[in-house]
Amino acid sequence: MEVPILKQGEVLIATFQAALSDADLNHLRMGLVRQVVKFRSRAVIVDVTAMDVMDSFASRTLREIAHMIRLRGAETVIVGIQPEVAFAMVQLGLTLEGVATALDLEEGLAYLNEKFKTTN
Amino acid sequence: MSAEEVEVAISSDQDIVLARQKGRAMAIELGFSAGDATLIATAISELARNILSYARRGEITLKIVHASSRQGISIIASDSGPGIRDIRQAMRDGFSTSGSLGLGLPGVRRLMDEFEIVSEPGHGTIVTVTKWKQ
Repeated sequence: MEVPILKQGEVLIATFQAALSDADLNHLRMGLVRQVVKFRSRAVIVDVTAMDVMDSFASRTLREIAHMIRLRGAETVIVGIQPEVAFAMVQLGLTLEGVATALDLEEGLAYLNEKFKTTN
Repeated sequence: MSAEEVEVAISSDQDIVLARQKGRAMAIELGFSAGDATLIATAISELARNILSYARRGEITLKIVHASSRQGISIIASDSGPGIRDIRQAMRDGFSTSGSLGLGLPGVRRLMDEFEIVSEPGHGTIVTVTKWKQ
């Protein structure tokens, strides 16, 4: 399954679908890092609004994506974790420690704008 | 009401997605809340993943269960893999032998209402979990 990656200025926006397999997630991890390099992006927003299950593999992959992108000198913001998904993650003991999160795409962009302003 | 029992063979990562979709559909059809359907789907995902990483293949059976005045869903994850030698250790948070996260079993227990595990080293593992409708 293809995950659409949208380029908006210095920010890449990846929108995750509901039914991503492990292979899709692995594919996406490499794809995102490559695109960050290619476009010299400063940040990536991963929109998981449509994801109805965030299991241990998916959250580990998200953490890895964020860490890889940080090594590249860019920021990652995960947006749109649904309330019931957040509840299930907490019960499972899954965390996204060290990864920025925001309510939705709009908040994610606002967060990045703030961040870029202070570093410029 | 459709079938009371659905079986999904697990032998690839695509099957994990299929199993949790079927579980969510069954939960919604039975009248579970969206939140509980998510917990059930997440539990299925973790159990199916355990099958794949430890036994490589197995089955997830989803079953509608009835008690005196309530209904629920049982998930039975069974495999003929290497089995678990020390179940108490496997039920501890953070324990893993497959190099994965190892949060699987204790986490799944927290997601569901009932949890039972039977494992025989060399013969396989059967995990049965149940969620009752509120």
